Amino acid sequence: MVIEHIDAQLPGAITDRHDFRGDQTIVVAKTNFLAVVELLHREGFQLLVDITAVDWPERPETQGVGRFDVVYHWLNLANQERLRLKVPMADGETMPTLTATFKTANWFEREIFDLFGIRFEGHPDMRRLVTWDDFPGHPLRKDFPLDGGDAFCMEGCTAPYNNGERGGE
Amino acid sequence: MEAPAMTRQEPDGDRMIVNMGPSHPTTHGTLRIVLELEGETIVKATPEMGYLHRGVEKLGESLSYTQFIPLTDRLNYCSAIMNNVGYAGAVEKLLGIEIPKRAQQIRVLMSELARIADHIVCVGVNAVDIGAFTVFLYLFKQRETTYDLFEMATGQRLHTSFTRIGGVFRDLPEGFVPMVERFLVECGAAVDECERLLSHNPIWHGRTKGIGAISPEDAVNWGYTGPCLRAAGVPQDLRKSQPYLGYETYDFDIPVGTTGDVFDRYLVRVEEMRQSLRIIRQVLDRLEPGPVMVDDPKIALPPKEKVYTRMESLIHHFKLIMHGMEMPVGEVYSATEAANGELGFYIVSDGGKNPYRIRVRPPCLPIFSSFEDQVKGALIADAVAVLGAMNIIAGELDR
Repeated sequence: MVIEHIDAQLPGAITDRHDFRGDQTIVVAKTNFLAVVELLHREGFQLLVDITAVDWPERPETQGVGRFDVVYHWLNLANQERLRLKVPMADGETMPTLTATFKTANWFEREIFDLFGIRFEGHPDMRRLVTWDDFPGHPLRKDFPLDGGDAFCMEGCTAPYNNGERGGE
Repeated sequence: MEAPAMTRQEPDGDRMIVNMGPSHPTTHGTLRIVLELEGETIVKATPEMGYLHRGVEKLGESLSYTQFIPLTDRLNYCSAIMNNVGYAGAVEKLLGIEIPKRAQQIRVLMSELARIADHIVCVGVNAVDIGAFTVFLYLFKQRETTYDLFEMATGQRLHTSFTRIGGVFRDLPEGFVPMVERFLVECGAAVDECERLLSHNPIWHGRTKGIGAISPEDAVNWGYTGPCLRAAGVPQDLRKSQPYLGYETYDFDIPVGTTGDVFDRYLVRVEEMRQSLRIIRQVLDRLEPGPVMVDDPKIALPPKEKVYTRMESLIHHFKLIMHGMEMPVGEVYSATEAANGELGFYIVSDGGKNPYRIRVRPPCLPIFSSFEDQVKGALIADAVAVLGAMNIIAGELDR
């Protein structure tokens, strides 16, 4: 339903869509992303349920699309409609942040930065969320070894906290 | 290099920095909050998480769909069965199958027992933190009973791993239903007792009313779900609004608060316990005999006696264990109303034996991210009350 509205108001913004097991999914290019989100917000998709990412390391060679999909899940509380929005992007690119519109985006985006190494432009506090600050690598990338590489993931780690700048110790 | 994790002292101010956690009695799990205080007023609070990060999502990519079930136990360990149910539901959605009626009823029964156990932990422990120790003792007796019930049905008290893809791993044991009947009476009385001790208690009012109040708009914007969102006045409950497991056929109400403060969250949780007891009552009344697993050898393991005696069953068993289920290519997001809010599983399948990507959407991550907003300008004692009412479970928060 909302997909038709997006199509009508922003023609060409949706590059791909599918409906699997009742989950509506749209794929949007990064250039149109903020406009689509603004429209969604106006349409009543107030609850940003989740943000995550998926790594497809072979995709740049095989399909010529960026390596990552950043995946957003929205819920419209008024009519209980759900929508999944995917934005493909290449390694090293940045995504625009949604923290200005959705406060909940703050930690979700930090988590993606931590686990996938995708930076969010304009994020007020782009720090790691679940691993420590000088953790080497981004664990949820497919090329990150399952056992962490070395026993304690401490390679390149200089001090337990922020370069030893802990006052008084 | 990222900005430092520590909150640092202002060079010219005389603020005190208090480190709450990672092993503080009121954090209930390993999380840390760095509080900056002026007198006893909180000026800044920096929540830190990740102390219990085990890489569940990464591990899931190397485990088969069934092998992931024990990891879901360790998300919200206060109500492990609800995670089992949520995860199994997501994989079943991916497979496009419906589970037998009895399996659905058992899942509902167990989920509601787990919801009561979870709310008991939250309300009881929140009360202890604020100084009401008696409530905790009265309620935890009932929690023990729910864990006895879990042990009886699943063989484990905490890490239940009760569901399988396509049903539950065994039927309810003999003597289970009478024990639940007894629990319904005793727990109902304990909830009343809890209300008598707290709901009109002036100290409890003083400590909880107006603390952590949040508007419905803000709650939605912060991504709140579950009791915390309902306490703010938004009647959103997935059991009603997007029913699963036949919840639409049960008669129950959704309690809603008005201010979203700690007191309202307490009231919502207490009332939800009563509603869960109502649902359990209805499940017991309509529980009918039948299979508890789907009858599909491509999904469910054949019964052991058939594996030993029939060639075909042996082959199915071998195929399932060695090659796993035949999964369609695609992606699903499936959400259930867990005790803390919307517990979502986003599974991307490339058709292989293992999920290509498995994402757990924990209900308490967005709630905890609003912590600073909730306690700024309040006292340290209020931070303890707010933290307790958010019901942060580190296993689910960090994954």
